[in-house]
Amino acid sequence: MSGATHVRYELLRALRSWRTLFLSFGLPLVVYCVIVPSKRHAVTDGISFPLYFMTGMAAYGAMWGSINPGARIARDRAKGWVRALRITPLRARNEIVAKVLTAYLIALLTLALLYLAGTLFGVRLDAAQWLEMTGLLLVGLAPFVAVGIALGHVLSVDALPAAMGGFVVLLALLGGAFGQLFTSGVMLTIVKLLPSFWLVHAGKTVVGSGSWPAEGWIVVAIWTLCLIPLAAIAYRHDTAIV
Amino acid sequence: MSAPEPVRMGIELSKVAKSYSSVQAVRGIDLAVAPGETVALLGPNGAGKTTTIDMILGLSRPDSGTVAVFGASPTEAVKSGWIGGTLQDGSPPDQLRVRELVALVASYYPHPLSVDEVLRQTGIADIAERWASKLSGGQAQRVGFAAALVGDPDLLVLDEPTSGIDVEGRREFWQAMRAVAERGKTILFATHYLEEADANADRIVLMARGQIVADGPATEIKAKVGSRSIRATLPGAGLAELGALPGVLSAERHGDAITLSCSDTDAALGALLSKFPNTRDVEVSGASLEEAFLELTVDKDDHDDRDTVGVAPSLVGQELR
Repeated sequence: MSGATHVRYELLRALRSWRTLFLSFGLPLVVYCVIVPSKRHAVTDGISFPLYFMTGMAAYGAMWGSINPGARIARDRAKGWVRALRITPLRARNEIVAKVLTAYLIALLTLALLYLAGTLFGVRLDAAQWLEMTGLLLVGLAPFVAVGIALGHVLSVDALPAAMGGFVVLLALLGGAFGQLFTSGVMLTIVKLLPSFWLVHAGKTVVGSGSWPAEGWIVVAIWTLCLIPLAAIAYRHDTAIV
Repeated sequence: MSAPEPVRMGIELSKVAKSYSSVQAVRGIDLAVAPGETVALLGPNGAGKTTTIDMILGLSRPDSGTVAVFGASPTEAVKSGWIGGTLQDGSPPDQLRVRELVALVASYYPHPLSVDEVLRQTGIADIAERWASKLSGGQAQRVGFAAALVGDPDLLVLDEPTSGIDVEGRREFWQAMRAVAERGKTILFATHYLEEADANADRIVLMARGQIVADGPATEIKAKVGSRSIRATLPGAGLAELGALPGVLSAERHGDAITLSCSDTDAALGALLSKFPNTRDVEVSGASLEEAFLELTVDKDDHDDRDTVGVAPSLVGQELR
């Protein structure tokens, strides 16, 4: 089963990377645990601050987890490993599926960690709500997975951290992962066009209506549908037979 | 997805040409490698070796001509797991141990060999638990060789497999490779060391400036390009006696001056000096491999090209990197 072994080693490599450990797990967890105790009973955006911030930090960490395969791709490219794989029977499809699965598995671990921290600080949701929130987060991460693969096949190892970091931090910040920046006005309209806004608001969504409004689905779908072809083009360009 | 059985043909290149922007990397070559044969692609940097290998591996497509591997296209051959190889300028990925890396590559192939067995064969069992990305150049090359072997492919393609390895490492590497050759594998390797090609290949294909300039048994090619000469002043020695010295191919005499054409000037010189202590004015000269290539190819070239020939090989080498 070439596919399974490949996924296993991809996951192992991701878990061995300090980037993953720090950006996807350590940082969001620590920030959550440091900030929440003093604001346990605060209310943000109509829901309890521990729930709001749990979703925010889970989304932030999971964005890193989803985009991070790009960093591995860029390093593998620089070392000639992407090229070396092309003279093995490994199919492109298996390779990409492994990257996507790894991104999601790491993201799920981030969610699990933050959910655990959330419950320790009094977040209570029923099983359906936890599942719905997880579902919304995974859907909303799709654009980040695609961006990671696209950037990894295009940018150099030197340029990549800045590009990925800028993308994740900017979207997380504007989306409200670190706290609500905009409650009304034109800026709110603008940030609602970002997938990160909908990721961060998955928590509020599940205690409210249960699902994103049509607007949320459309925004996430458009980002995903635009970025997947870009990732495909980047991959094909990088591995083209010249 | 059951792969069809490989048809019993080896590698076949027919009128293959390939250019990169303005550089004609390969200029219409014909090459056939039979199954089970070990062939060295020998040539200086920029000769077109890597371009040829890339086309055999399906990494690049010829502008014209055809490439077939075991009767299939290179891409099909790769997908079927018939090919294993090492590329130039590659190094192992990070966050994987040596054993894991070899096991990972094994998982891509339909009928891989035992990972432990391959680690042992290639002499890297003792570093199996080290991080693959933190090895010396020689160790990394051997890990690459292990990864090329572990899928048990019918064809091994090795692009300068010993670059960056020390002398001892080279010896061990070739020992391992000859063991593989004895199992009936087809092997094609590129090198710019005549000695390596001579010692490890059944056949040498000499490339220079994108063309095959000679193709034959190792001994024949070696005699063609490997000759160095020793000139000395030595009155009275017999030509037959001189010609019989180790490493000497032929001897000539002009008055007191002798000229020995040698396959191995070191051995010849040692023998000459110990047997004829009165040898004087010794002068060892020899064409470098590149010079020998130029000599071999210059006649085949158009005269228009000749002015640029002298500088071309090194320039081409730079551009292809």
